[in-house]
Amino acid sequence: METQTIKDINKTTKATERISGSEAIVRSLIEEGTEIIYGYPGGAIMPVYDELYKYQGKIHHVLTRHEQGATHSAQGYARISGKVGVAIATSGPGATNLITGIADAQIDSTPMVCITGQVFSHLLGSDAFQETDIVGISTPVTKWNCQVTKASDIPAAIAKAFYIAKSGRPGPVLIDITKDAQIDELDFFYEKCTQVRSYNPIPKTDASSLKAAAEIINKAKKPLIVWGQGVILSEAEAQLKAVIEKADIPAAWTILGASAIPTSHPLNVGMVGMHGNYAPNKLTNECDVLIAIGMRFDDRVTGSLSTYAKQAKVIHFEIDPAEVDKNVKTDVAVLGDAKASLELLLPLLNEVKHTDWLQEFKDLYEIEYEKVIKNDLYPTKEGITMGEVLKEINIQSKGEAAIVSDVGQHQMIACRYADFNVTKSNITSGGLGTMGFGLPAAIGAKMAAPEREVVSISGDGGYQMTIQELGTIFQQKAAVKVVVLNNDFLGMVRQWQQLFFDKRYASTEMVNPNFVAIAEGYYIKAKKVTKREELADAVAEMMASKEAYFLEVCVEKEDNVFPMIPTGASVSDIRLE
Amino acid sequence: MSTEKQLYTVSIYTENNIGLLNRISAIFQRRHINIESLNTSPSEIEGVSKFTIVVNMDEVNIKKILGQIEKQVEVIKAYYHNLDDIIYQISGLFKIKSELLFEERQIQNIIKESNARIVTVNKDFFILEKSGKKEEIVTLYNQLSKFGIMQYTRSGLIAVTKEEMKISELLETYNN
Repeated sequence: METQTIKDINKTTKATERISGSEAIVRSLIEEGTEIIYGYPGGAIMPVYDELYKYQGKIHHVLTRHEQGATHSAQGYARISGKVGVAIATSGPGATNLITGIADAQIDSTPMVCITGQVFSHLLGSDAFQETDIVGISTPVTKWNCQVTKASDIPAAIAKAFYIAKSGRPGPVLIDITKDAQIDELDFFYEKCTQVRSYNPIPKTDASSLKAAAEIINKAKKPLIVWGQGVILSEAEAQLKAVIEKADIPAAWTILGASAIPTSHPLNVGMVGMHGNYAPNKLTNECDVLIAIGMRFDDRVTGSLSTYAKQAKVIHFEIDPAEVDKNVKTDVAVLGDAKASLELLLPLLNEVKHTDWLQEFKDLYEIEYEKVIKNDLYPTKEGITMGEVLKEINIQSKGEAAIVSDVGQHQMIACRYADFNVTKSNITSGGLGTMGFGLPAAIGAKMAAPEREVVSISGDGGYQMTIQELGTIFQQKAAVKVVVLNNDFLGMVRQWQQLFFDKRYASTEMVNPNFVAIAEGYYIKAKKVTKREELADAVAEMMASKEAYFLEVCVEKEDNVFPMIPTGASVSDIRLE
Repeated sequence: MSTEKQLYTVSIYTENNIGLLNRISAIFQRRHINIESLNTSPSEIEGVSKFTIVVNMDEVNIKKILGQIEKQVEVIKAYYHNLDDIIYQISGLFKIKSELLFEERQIQNIIKESNARIVTVNKDFFILEKSGKKEEIVTLYNQLSKFGIMQYTRSGLIAVTKEEMKISELLETYNN
């Protein structure tokens, strides 16, 4: 096959300017509305940095402390703003360091454009210094990628990258640009990409499937909605709210769907999945119609597939045809964008009440409250629980903060107990479960939405995977509130060791440094809390701070997260203790 | 839908893109599916390439695989067919010592009966080409191997479908 050239070059007669490839990269980013990019310089990307120096009034480059941090920051930026996040790195190790973030963005459908420098095109394949086949390496974890070896291909490649990253089911895109393409000149003009001939981002919504879905929903006695991030990505929050209110349907969320409907909404029945709420998990196997909206039936959501919602008719609203029938066989699939589909569904639904069915959720909530929630939020034992910290943050934030969590026990607690009254407020690594995601993602989120309170919540393990990004917080004066819930353990793994490996705590106990001193080393205000009496004031002080603030809370060492559906078990077998 | 494994061809119409082979083969590799044969060529539409991949799978899973393939940005459309729904050919090449052609009369009969074609002959060797179903080529291989084959290779399966593909129309709808 011949070398790919970008085919969508527009043949208009617009005025062009003779500029370098590297300037074209920066100008193209500006054309796409990019204001902030995250990255790390190096040999093969230096011409671009030289242009960023010249364009620093128009585009702000954030020097992270590691390229992985750049991708997570770009993800945080994208997740809170709905815009495309941009990360940039040099060739070789700079490029490979992006991979974890790219894989994370791929599985969590986050729009991100990554630009990597590459060695001169005449050196490709020669094992040159810092040469790596990043296009080959990133292929399985990108929505699309390409290598550009000619300066004149740059604008169209970037236009295509942004279009693909953002449209349809979003995802990460990588463009690898050789150094000669950056140095050579081209006639620059920029045309946004609005179409790629082989790519159909939003499948057509079929009216008959919508009608079939509405008929099933209207006949349902015990309908249950499970919504995912698709609702947030298509900004269908109002449409979802209208649907659940009109048809009086209890609605539960996947971890990435959190915050699309406020926590306080009476029809919001909580989180599904391994550490989700008792009622929606249990009642998944009691409902007569399961309506999945913009979610993908991840194994952490379904538990054992052979015992998942077998009694129910399944309706799946989905933008990605490959997700339909992938894990759960559907009775009716409604392809298309969630917002448009729900808008069309609403007038087809009957206004009904499901009072008895909703009571079942309330009854099960009471059980969960007595067995789990009460002890998490209002403990009587001596040690501080993670739940208490979230409760204090809720009080101070009025449920309006964006909560950026890392991965592990604290993440489950944060998602379970944080009040989400504003959409796009739960930024976490759901699909990939990337420890180290939280701190850099919080930086990106804060910079994208400086008006919002952004609270990063990490465990002592994940925090230390990207702890160097404290330097980015300091340098950028990003007013991120950084909370570490420290139990001196890799808590989630330890919990599994306790439950499934006879308490053999292999390599999960952490001997931790003086976290306060480290934060202070970066000139970040810091405090450590070890006693319950100090907690409320410390959280209040942190939340009141106009600058970045670090708060370490030493929590009970061996607390477990419940409820829990053990791996491979049925959602019906959710354990409360 | 059949849950029994059988041979399917996956026909994929794509843009002519340098990285796409990698992207498509990774979809199979990730799910531990062995590719029996793979062929890429131009298609009937200018600028559109066609992959023909043969796999041994069940229908439920091949449908899922198809979804993953079609999801790739530069894939236009993918189809799967069982071998009854397509017209296909495989080609085999055999390099054999020329002296055998004259010394072993049976070889001449084999060539004649198998409808194989002699591509070239020189004083050291001759090249035999046989197109057809895999079994026919394997049969010929078995017949010839007892005389000694210097080199043997078999191509990937190429196929056209009995049904219409309508790729041009599809491209039209994407473009409007």
